[in-house]
Formats: sequence, C-alpha cells, structure tokens
Amino acid sequence: MPELNLEGLVHVYREGGVREGGVRAVDGVDLRIGPGERLAIIGQNGSGKSTLVRHLNGLLRPTAGRVLVDGVDAARVTVAQLARSVGLVFQDPDRQIFAGSVLAEVEYGPRNLGHRGQKLRSAVETALAAVGLEREARTNPYDLGASRRKLLALASVLAMETAVLVLDEPTTGQDERGVERVRAVIEDAHRDGRTVIAISHDMRFVAEGFERIVVMRAGRIVLDGSPEQVFRRDSWSTLESTFLEPPLAAVIGERLALGSTPTDASLIRALARSSA
Amino acid sequence: MLVLEGCSYRYAGAARPSLRDVSLTLRDGEVLGVVGKSEAGKSTLCLVASGLAPRTLGGTLSGRVLIDGADTAGRAMHEMATEVAIGFQNPGTQLSGVATTVYEEVAFGPMNLGISREEVLRRTEASIDALAIRALTQRDPQRISGGQQQLVAIAGLLALAPRHLILDEPTAQLDPAGTRLVSDAIERLAAAGASILVVEQKVDLLAGICHRVLAVDEGRVTLEGAAAAVLGDPTLHALGVAEPSTVRLRRLGSEAGVSGQAIEGALALATSRPSRGTDA
Repeated sequence: MPELNLEGLVHVYREGGVREGGVRAVDGVDLRIGPGERLAIIGQNGSGKSTLVRHLNGLLRPTAGRVLVDGVDAARVTVAQLARSVGLVFQDPDRQIFAGSVLAEVEYGPRNLGHRGQKLRSAVETALAAVGLEREARTNPYDLGASRRKLLALASVLAMETAVLVLDEPTTGQDERGVERVRAVIEDAHRDGRTVIAISHDMRFVAEGFERIVVMRAGRIVLDGSPEQVFRRDSWSTLESTFLEPPLAAVIGERLALGSTPTDASLIRALARSSA
Repeated sequence: MLVLEGCSYRYAGAARPSLRDVSLTLRDGEVLGVVGKSEAGKSTLCLVASGLAPRTLGGTLSGRVLIDGADTAGRAMHEMATEVAIGFQNPGTQLSGVATTVYEEVAFGPMNLGISREEVLRRTEASIDALAIRALTQRDPQRISGGQQQLVAIAGLLALAPRHLILDEPTAQLDPAGTRLVSDAIERLAAAGASILVVEQKVDLLAGICHRVLAVDEGRVTLEGAAAAVLGDPTLHALGVAEPSTVRLRRLGSEAGVSGQAIEGALALATSRPSRGTDA
C-alpha cells in the first residue's frame, strides 16, 4: 500500500495570452498521506483542490516540487503506470465516460491493466454491484441520468482495484440513496486498507466519513486535522476565510459548550449526556 | 406566470413517459422548489417548462405549457427563450463555448437579446458582482474550476434578466459561500417579480428560499405545498430525499431519547450561522 508525499507542490496554469504569469492554482503544498488514510479536502471553489489531486495520478505535472508515490517520483513514471496504484474519479462524469455500454465502460480500466477472464469479470461485477448498476450492464451510459452516470464513473475506477482512490466531489447531484452508496463504497475501500482521498463541499459528509480533513485556501493548506479539530470554534475564522462553514452539529455543540461535535451522532450523544 | 397543464412527456425512442400528467403554476415573484430522488423526472420537468422538450429534444409532449395564460405550443424555441431561461445541471453544458473570457461569457446571453450595448454592459457588471466573480472576468471559461464555471453560468442567466427562470441543481458544485450567493440572487430576482423554479438536492437551501415545494416521483407530482410541510413530510424521506437538518436532528434526538426541549433549545441556537458574524 503506497504512501503519498507532496513536497513543495506548485502548479501554475498558463493561459495563452490572457494574462501574463498564469494562475497559481497550487502554491506550495507539503502533504503526507499514509497508507489506508481517509482524507477529505475542502476549500472554496477555485482553491486548488482538483488541481492538487490531478497530480496524484500524473494527469498534471508539477510546475515545481514533487509528488512521490511510494517513494517514487511520479514525474519519472508514466500515467499508465501510476494508474495501477492511483484511481481518480472526475467531478464531471461526462469527461470520463466514452464507451457504448455500462459494461464496456467498467471493463476498460481493468482490461488495460491486463486482467482477463474470471479476474476481469469479478472486478467488474463487484464494482457494478457497489454502485447499484449491476442490472444496467447492457445500457448505454447516456441513457442513465446524470447521477447514475456519476456512479458509473465511480464504478469504472473501482474496477481497477487501485490502492489509492481519489474522488472529486463524489456526492454532487446524488440523492440521499446515492450519497449512502458513495459512503458505503468509501467504507468498503477503507476496510480493504485502501487510501481514500475525496474532495467535497458537503461538510456533513466529510465530518461523518473521514478521519482527516485538509482545508485549502488560494492553493495552500490552511488547516489539517481531525473533524473535531478542523470544525472546532478556534478554526471557524480560518474556515470563514476560505468561505466554508462548519457543519450545523458543530455550530450547535460549540454554542451549547458541549465541545467539538462535528457530526450529528456526536452532537446527539453530547446532548443526551448533558440532559441526562 | 408559467403554467403546466396535464403535461406528459416521452423522450424520443423511450418506451415510457418520463413525465406523467404534471400540472403546476409558477406565479410571478414566486420561488418553487422541486425535490425527488434521482431520475424521478425533475430534469425532464425543467426541460418541458423551458420549452426545450420537445422543441429541441424531440419526443412527445401532451398537455399545455402556458405563459401569462397563452398556450406556447406554436412558439419557436427562440421565442420561448426570451420568456424562459434555463440553467442546466452541468455548467459545462451551459457555457457558450465561443467566449474566450468569463466577461464575454456572461455578456453572451444579453448580447443576443438585441438590447443596447449600455444595457448589456450594465447587466453583465451587475451579474458579475452578484456572484462575486470579478476576479475571474479575464480567465478562459473552459479553464476555471467546476464550481467557478457554475457561478459563471448562473451569472450569464441573471444577465438575461429572465421573467421565468428554471434552475436544475444550480449549486451542486458550489461551496457554502457560493451557494449563498446563488440563493440570495434567486431571492432578489423573485422579489423583482420573476418566477423561479429550482430543482435541488440541498433541502436546507430550498427550505430557506422557496415559497412552495413540490415532490416528484416516477414522473408524477406526489406532494405539493408550503416548503416546510413538504420538506418535513416523512414519506418524502422514505422516497430517498434527504431531510432538512432540523428535521433530521429532531428525529435523531428522539431516537436517542433526548428530550424534545433539549433538541428545540439546540435548534434555536442553529438558526444563525457563524459566518454571518454572530461568533466573530
């Protein structure tokens, strides 16, 4: 299981002729992500979250600094090699989906990894079942609604069984059940010892499903800690500076002086204790 | 005022209709929320209300779509578009693809309305400020983040100054501050007399801005009424729609045996959020 190390990562987008100097989307990030960690990245729109994670599988190359996957500089290996250990699910599934059927879409990744026969079938079946698309194998992806296309994009990366799973806003456009599925996928991956990194704007989702939260502002990390640490009152002004708000449960808990209660469950427990 | 009367719609080549006998009235100055699980027909409802289905998409529509009491059946899409604006779920689909800067992108819609240059610039400037995207105006719309694209797409819609606005999950990719900018813009537009239909998974947002909410399931309207009553309806949760935070906390509290008084006391503290300055 690989460890990920970002060392002084900088990424500048050059925009031909629009402005000189380009846009510093990631501006000096040091981050170590241990094997099996569940890490959420939060921050305002345009704070560099998606740019950062696209370095993990080599889709983007650093302007400066390094990305080490298991000690190996990601710049020295091909995207195809990185794809064996790091799977990335895009925010917009339509940037990812291209095959004519759900089955072909999910098979594509593991096939490219060289899987055939029973191993291929089992990886595909497991991935489709995980997102509830097992009965849609023959369906054209574009006959699925947007939320199920998003789950399909997730399945196609799950089927590659990578040690690291990177999810860019996995819950957007999902109804309550879709969010539950995404939660379950993350739980399962975690139980299997895989590393899960997710970008999200859903504070309740990150507080409930991740042990570690990294907060980004203008290309830099401004907070890094457990949900209890990141959402406690001391952090609110920093959160506000990157246009974030703590989850409702955290706000209530602090105002009632119950301590840091970032999840509904922790708030309800604290309320039960204090009113008992 | 936009009215749907007994509308059923089947996509071209589809075996079954995606919308079944839907009637609704979207009054001037009203924000009407729409909730439902995935593939319940919410986006189809948006496409029918905007006139894109069937004009651009083909398929079969029965029933009537009326604007200010007049049947729109004979109107071409470019005529509908001057009355009803629609924001798609995926902002990448919304962007014109021809603008090289965000500023041009926001101005693209009003420029095509045949209004004066001064008015185009005034609306563009106002929309840019309303969604706080001033810093992006010289960027390439294709090379900004997904959430930023969503703000730009909505700014482009505001610049049309539409009388009727249909929004399909307008805040899906937005951070909490961006979500608030959009909800404030919706409220201002409605206060100025526009009628707005909003599909959203964020039920707390709907609870805050909607006058009425309707729930859709399997292409039909299953509930309709005041926002708090519909969003708090337990049958809705059973259908797979999230509960508003206050409803969820009351339920979790009661399941854990916390007194109603303690829960209500806690919820009373939750009405103002820290970034509105109360804990500064």
